Amino acid sequence: MSFISSIESVGEYALLMKKVLTLPDRMSEFLKEFMKGVFFLGVNSIWIVVIISFFIGAVIVMQIGLNIDSPMLPRFTVGAVSREIILLEFSSTIMCLILAGKVGSNVASEIGTMRITEQIDALDIMGVNSANYLILPKIASFVAFMPVLVVFSMFMGLIGGYIICHVLGVPSVDTYVYGIQAFFRESLIWYSIAKSMMFGFIIASVAAYFGYNAKGGALEVGQASTNSVVINSVLILVWDLVFTQLALG
Amino acid sequence: MIEVKNLRQEFDGEVVLNNINATFQNGMVNMIIGRSGSGKTVLLKCLVGLITPTSGEIRYDGKNFIGLKSRELSRLRRNLGMLFQGAALFDSRTVLENVMFPLDMFSRKNKRERKKRAEFCLERVELLDAANLYPSEISGGMKKRAAIARAIALNPKYLFCDEPNSGLDPKTSQLIDELIYDLTKDFSMTTIVVSHDMNSVINIGDKVIFINEGVKEWEGNKSQVMGTNNEKLNDFVFASDLFKKIKEAGEGK
Repeated sequence: MSFISSIESVGEYALLMKKVLTLPDRMSEFLKEFMKGVFFLGVNSIWIVVIISFFIGAVIVMQIGLNIDSPMLPRFTVGAVSREIILLEFSSTIMCLILAGKVGSNVASEIGTMRITEQIDALDIMGVNSANYLILPKIASFVAFMPVLVVFSMFMGLIGGYIICHVLGVPSVDTYVYGIQAFFRESLIWYSIAKSMMFGFIIASVAAYFGYNAKGGALEVGQASTNSVVINSVLILVWDLVFTQLALG
Repeated sequence: MIEVKNLRQEFDGEVVLNNINATFQNGMVNMIIGRSGSGKTVLLKCLVGLITPTSGEIRYDGKNFIGLKSRELSRLRRNLGMLFQGAALFDSRTVLENVMFPLDMFSRKNKRERKKRAEFCLERVELLDAANLYPSEISGGMKKRAAIARAIALNPKYLFCDEPNSGLDPKTSQLIDELIYDLTKDFSMTTIVVSHDMNSVINIGDKVIFINEGVKEWEGNKSQVMGTNNEKLNDFVFASDLFKKIKEAGEGK
């Protein structure tokens, strides 16, 4: 992608968002689509969040437990460090990278298929603001459901660690439980939720942009889906860096 | 009535439509015919505003469609119905929900009345039995009929059809043609049909416009098509063996 076409894409994205971020033509239809979005993008993602968070949480505790083996550090450090990793980065950033694959490709391919089968043209000809009708409920529902996914992820990550402490005993369960409570700051949870909601906006809107501008046939829809995952991943990482500096730096 | 004045469309410097002038009358089926790639679908997309022309005017009852603000454009578009080549039904909705969609978006009637109107439209295209099926569960001809029902749900003044018979068998094609013709007369709509099917032209074309390489080559009615002296139109019409034989039989009499 050349520099000029990248700049053009940013402009196109901004113009698309201008069309998206307006009041819906019919609030009842918006709410219907919003609820569909909550189910298909949010509720349907819980299982993958639960499974991945559980295992990664367990592995984080296991790795830290095995590698921090210094008499200078108390054993509860394993729980405290694991908690910080899960709360600050894993449950928001890494989980959103995974969701960029699942939800992003879903949104891009759904809207892309509608584009190439002229369903979006049909909406436009009816006088419906197709960008607003199709994209706004997806963005709104995903952003709204994101805190639920993040909290699920945090909880399951910590549970994964708890279970591995039970199995391996490194550290002991009591030490781990003490560690995850030590020096705890509630504000970190809110920081993580706020960050993930921004990622939610990025994932849904960028994926929708690629789908909405898909041209051609099935191959191009596949490309749009792939591009959305790649660009979303890069944007999430860049935004993570910027937001961390702004919020905690 | 729709008037097209000096319409020109270029894509990356390549001229696709050049100086098109035409008038499409109320209550008539206006056919735009031409070879594949001649620019007829581009003309249709310009007419409905899916493509903004490079220059020229498109007037709906005297009002220039090009350059309208999005709110005015949206209001005008509620008077348009369109049948797409692939029907363009919404996959996630049943046939009835597809037909109800424009009503749900724009009608002020209550849900029971909206449903009644949708059922009336489906009955008109003889598809009420398939109301609860999804587009993936019905045939190509049924999809086209469902798309017609959706297009007429808001009682539009203008109906646009892009290759309504593509992919259909001759019998179903004839049924679709007759349906378009009857609806045009019943609801006094301005109907514009893009096609390269000469059977349709002979069946329902009140007015025929022939586009060749982006230029309006000929204009007339269905009875004049067969006897025209225009060489390019003759090449197009009598490219089919059937029509060649009909012509030869006519000349033999």
